[in-house]
Amino acid sequence: MDLLNLAIKSIFIENILLSMFLGMCSYLAQSKKIESATGLGAAVVLVMTLACPVNWLIKHHLLRPGALAWTHIDALANMDLSFLSFICFISVIAALTQVVEMVMDRFFPPLYATLGIFLPLIAVNCAILGAVLFMDERKYDLAQSSVYGCTAGIGWALAIMILAAIRKKMRYSNVPAGLRGLGIAFLVTGFMAIGFLCFSGISLGTN
Amino acid sequence: MKFLLNLHDKLRPLFHKGGKLEKIEPLFDAQDTFLFTPATVTAKGAHVRDALDLKRVMIVVVLALLPCTLFGIWNAGHQYSLINVGAPQGLGADVLRGCRLVLPIIFVSYLVGGLWEVLFACVRRHEINEGFLVTGLLFPLTLPPTTPLWQVAIGISFGVVLGKEVFGGTGMNILNPALTARAFLYFAYPAQMSGNVWTALVKGGQVADGFTGATPLSIVATLPDKVPAIEALQQAGHSFLSMAKGIEAGSIGETSAIACAIGAIVLIVSGIGSWRIMAASVLGLLTGGYLANMMGSPSTMSQLPPYFHLVMGGFAFGAVFMATDPVSAAATNAGKWIYGFLIGLLTIIVRVANPAYPEGVMLAILFMNIMAPLIDNYVVVAHIKRRARRG
Repeated sequence: MDLLNLAIKSIFIENILLSMFLGMCSYLAQSKKIESATGLGAAVVLVMTLACPVNWLIKHHLLRPGALAWTHIDALANMDLSFLSFICFISVIAALTQVVEMVMDRFFPPLYATLGIFLPLIAVNCAILGAVLFMDERKYDLAQSSVYGCTAGIGWALAIMILAAIRKKMRYSNVPAGLRGLGIAFLVTGFMAIGFLCFSGISLGTN
Repeated sequence: MKFLLNLHDKLRPLFHKGGKLEKIEPLFDAQDTFLFTPATVTAKGAHVRDALDLKRVMIVVVLALLPCTLFGIWNAGHQYSLINVGAPQGLGADVLRGCRLVLPIIFVSYLVGGLWEVLFACVRRHEINEGFLVTGLLFPLTLPPTTPLWQVAIGISFGVVLGKEVFGGTGMNILNPALTARAFLYFAYPAQMSGNVWTALVKGGQVADGFTGATPLSIVATLPDKVPAIEALQQAGHSFLSMAKGIEAGSIGETSAIACAIGAIVLIVSGIGSWRIMAASVLGLLTGGYLANMMGSPSTMSQLPPYFHLVMGGFAFGAVFMATDPVSAAATNAGKWIYGFLIGLLTIIVRVANPAYPEGVMLAILFMNIMAPLIDNYVVVAHIKRRARRG
């Protein structure tokens, strides 16, 4: 129930894109077509699902104060390596992105071609680093961080797919010249955030 | 009429390209096409012949809204008398009082929203059409009668400009403009927009017993756990029938489920409102209500009989007039069922599980407006796949 609550919370209530506004750049750039939006969304879900638990393991077994006690070396047992957190987190994310990129190149070449530069740029997608840092800051355990990583990714993917569908519908709209493209996309994102406010405050755990 | 037609024909060249009044052509066009059938016809290609054009569609919706509006005016006056005087003052006096409360709100909504509409129409050279008459009436009907007029003006400006005109005007928006305006006010001025809407009207005097001005939904929402909801409602003077009639505190047009049902019949018979969406949202609401009952949570709201949800709050009004907006709703038939069903279900989820809001139907419809293009897309994709497999 706790994990379900966390899942609903990170998909709908605290959607990483629509309430934290993280990962906006690829969200705006890759939302012109539903197919590529879905593909990028899936890639982000995959990277996030892996990045959160992997980084949790690294943080808890290598970096945090006293984490190296398992080596039974006195000099290492009291060492605090958490100043390395950021660089470790981002390297893990970059490595995972590489793996996803290679898998996609091998198995889904058309999607790989459509996503182009935005696939390697997942590595610097702030939504992913954001999710990892939230996971760290909120002191989730391993199960929670796996669920959180996966569902935060799903929330992001849902948001980009909705925007892509809305932009497809808006092809028939007559938007003023100055607002075409990114301008109206920002406005629509704002409206989407209002729509998602529907869920804010919902809590399943307490009752 | 002949005289008017001649006058229009004489004036028309003034508004054409190069004429003196070219800049305000949309204004002339609006009243010209309101009064007479336009003389211009499509020159070539396929075109649909139907007497029910966009203008007639919108006017029928305005007609369907009349029962809610008239009832709302009387009810506003009635509630005012109950709270301030302690007893109803008779039909005439209540209607008069209601008019003084409600008509200024409708007037401001039409005036300010109309100004924006005309401004955009003149600058961007699109038609003014009766779509605005619908938005401008829907919006005040979702407001508490105590809303300050400046908030009405700000709300309708937000709804018309950002909800509709920046997308290019009628038929091109993604969210229902009236609902956008309502949601904007709700989040910008929460104090005036929810809770005990009528207490603001009490001037000095003591509130008559039993008429605290709370809406039935907020009564149930504030009950402690495990209190039988129906009895609590009865103590406050509400039964299923009285809530269906809608003689209770609440927003202007949405208290009476019966008035909404009359509107629904008009919309369904004329083919303008989708019966699928209405049926699906009722289905979703009842399903959600039964699920909430079965979950066995102790909170009073979740133990309310499902059919009570139909007549409480703004659900009837939202499902009939807001959810069926053909522009912002799902367009495919299967999509309409999904869209409507989820509106009903989400309404229950917000009412039962979300202590932050007493009422969920507005946000549920807004959320589903956002989801509608995605639902439509998947319905179409599934359809294409099925057809491809078949042959």
